[in-house]
Amino acid sequence: MAYNLKEVIANKPSRFTSGHRMCAGCGAPVVGRMILRALKEEDHAVICNATGCMEVSTFIYPYTAWTDSFIHTAFECAGATLSGVEAAYVSMKKQGKLPEDEHTKFIAFGGDGGTYDIGLQSLSGAMERGHDMVYVCYDNGAYMNTGIQRSSATPHFADTTTSPAGTVIPGKMQIRKDLTQIMAGHHLPYVAQSAAYMNFKDLYEKSEKAIYTKGACFLNVLAPCPRGWGYSTDELMKINKLAVDTCYWPLYEVIDGKYKINYKPAKKLPVEEFLKPQKRFKHMFKPGNEWMIEEFQKEVDKRWEELLNLEEVTNKE
Amino acid sequence: MSIRERLSGNEAVATAMKQINPDVVAAFPITPSTEIPQYFSTFVSNGQVDTEFVAVESEHSAMSACIGAEAAGARAMTATSANGLSLMWEMIYIASSLRLPIVLSLVNRAVSGPLNIHNDHSDAMGVRDAGWIMLFSENNQEAYDNTIMAHRIAENKDVMLPLMICQDGFITSHSIENIELIEDSKVKEFVGEYHPEHYLLNKKEPIAIGPLDLQAYLFEHKFQQAEAMRNAKRVIEEVSKDFEKLTGRKYSFFEEYKSQDADYIIVCMNSTAGTTKYVVDKLREKGIKAGLVKVRMYRPFPVEEIAKALSNAKVVAILDKSDSLNGAGGALFEDVTSSMYTQQTYVPTVNYIYGIGGRDTKAEDIESVFEDLQKIDISKKIEDPYRYLGVRREEK
Repeated sequence: MAYNLKEVIANKPSRFTSGHRMCAGCGAPVVGRMILRALKEEDHAVICNATGCMEVSTFIYPYTAWTDSFIHTAFECAGATLSGVEAAYVSMKKQGKLPEDEHTKFIAFGGDGGTYDIGLQSLSGAMERGHDMVYVCYDNGAYMNTGIQRSSATPHFADTTTSPAGTVIPGKMQIRKDLTQIMAGHHLPYVAQSAAYMNFKDLYEKSEKAIYTKGACFLNVLAPCPRGWGYSTDELMKINKLAVDTCYWPLYEVIDGKYKINYKPAKKLPVEEFLKPQKRFKHMFKPGNEWMIEEFQKEVDKRWEELLNLEEVTNKE
Repeated sequence: MSIRERLSGNEAVATAMKQINPDVVAAFPITPSTEIPQYFSTFVSNGQVDTEFVAVESEHSAMSACIGAEAAGARAMTATSANGLSLMWEMIYIASSLRLPIVLSLVNRAVSGPLNIHNDHSDAMGVRDAGWIMLFSENNQEAYDNTIMAHRIAENKDVMLPLMICQDGFITSHSIENIELIEDSKVKEFVGEYHPEHYLLNKKEPIAIGPLDLQAYLFEHKFQQAEAMRNAKRVIEEVSKDFEKLTGRKYSFFEEYKSQDADYIIVCMNSTAGTTKYVVDKLREKGIKAGLVKVRMYRPFPVEEIAKALSNAKVVAILDKSDSLNGAGGALFEDVTSSMYTQQTYVPTVNYIYGIGGRDTKAEDIESVFEDLQKIDISKKIEDPYRYLGVRREEK
């Protein structure tokens, strides 16, 4: 059946409920809710959260926004924690300690801090061991929970509280790590990069594939942050769209090693369009800083070209 | 009929784990505990257990996976030593605060640095305030027996705390000794099945574990942990009695070896107790009333009982195989002396830091401690209670 946003929202109850304390205009709850909608209604899920915005805003004792089972332990170990849950499931199922006709799916959520940085080892281990789970990184490009400090996912030149745009050093001086490629390097059955783009078709379909592909799967989803990025709360979907249309955040998937770019803009927008509405890049638009935009554009182009090549090479007969 | 065997300490623990047949074991190798997951993965490969063995990429992940597994409703076990436990440290606190009765075999080794792979108790002492029940074992038999008793204690509804069984790295972990094993079926019956009240994999009752727990609740939750630790004392006593019925082997909070009428008592833990018993026997032959109190239950600490057990001695030496580097003495010394103080028992006490980094502690070293105690008894003077035993010093 073809994807229909209205039908999905009307027919599938939200398993991540309202009442949580995420900021207005934040990308993460939008992403989380849509991913859980991809679960079959009859399936139980265990959700694991790394410490981060999403965790501290959705499960403040004694309230929880999660209707499935949920576990949070620490910042750097969502991968390992959930692999323990999954191992328990495999063991108990095998021993007949759980009902045979019931199925449980395992989904971890971590921000870029808990995933690209402090939790990278735990994630890599869990993926390499092949636990039947999905790890979702909601990438907002900095440590937003602790007050917008730079991460390895922070884009080049971005102004953060530990890479402030100063008079001598103009923001973060390093380019961002490409985690999706690192995960593709694990040769997993399914790796994808997505965003809450347009009518959520891309995100919904990728979530469904990731959840129902056997083995360890990884989703990297853009999750803009109004406080850290500096946009007004009603611009969330516009920012998402610009990230994709400039090819700053390409939508693609890697299925058993084969790359597929899910959206190739007919007219690739200049990256300025994505940078301009965000306060974190404001200094790049000052006279004399044109070189920064040029460098940023060069990196975006280079990575887009690489991706096109990967698609071509991995799909050769 | 019990089974007579010859096993190393690591083999003994691995054998106990095989008999317990936990749902999940997640472990990462570190000397001298490495053999435990090695032996155990052989049991898994040969289909002798139902366990999922998770060969994690670090000890931090080992404890994280054990937490996940135990929260899911499974029995989870692991083994580690020294820096491995240090790397787990963050998760050690989380395991106990989430009230997950995980069982860990700690093969004691010096924590770096500099790097040293041999025995002392600095690893265990680093987690003594983490809310884990801690049982110490003199030899292979005790390491095995404590492991068999572990789940019954940890999973008791009034307890629900994780538990670690300590034994001395290399000294017992790699030494082959005679051991009496219990038959598989009897272990199975004694340990019983685990039926948690709430668990993640129960579709009928989804639960959320590990909240942000702020000013309004964390204090009460910590109080509940403290109460559980107090309850553990009674449960350890009950389970030890049941174990005695099964095996005839008697376990208490501590072992009193010729200490009840002793003038001079050494308090210590793990394998040094064996050496001390030998010295006590020798001194008794000479008419010197020496004795030993070997602490088995370090957490919770048997405050009233230990103060009482030492109350009739003339002088007591407390041996710490780890220094707290606080300028005042080791952890066991502080626990014992504060127990005596709160119980209004005064006996002159002296502390010896010994055996650090695997330095051999010989019978002569223990004899020298008993000689010191006799001198203190005559002079009535303790110049410095915080002493090092057998350390080389620069000439002043």
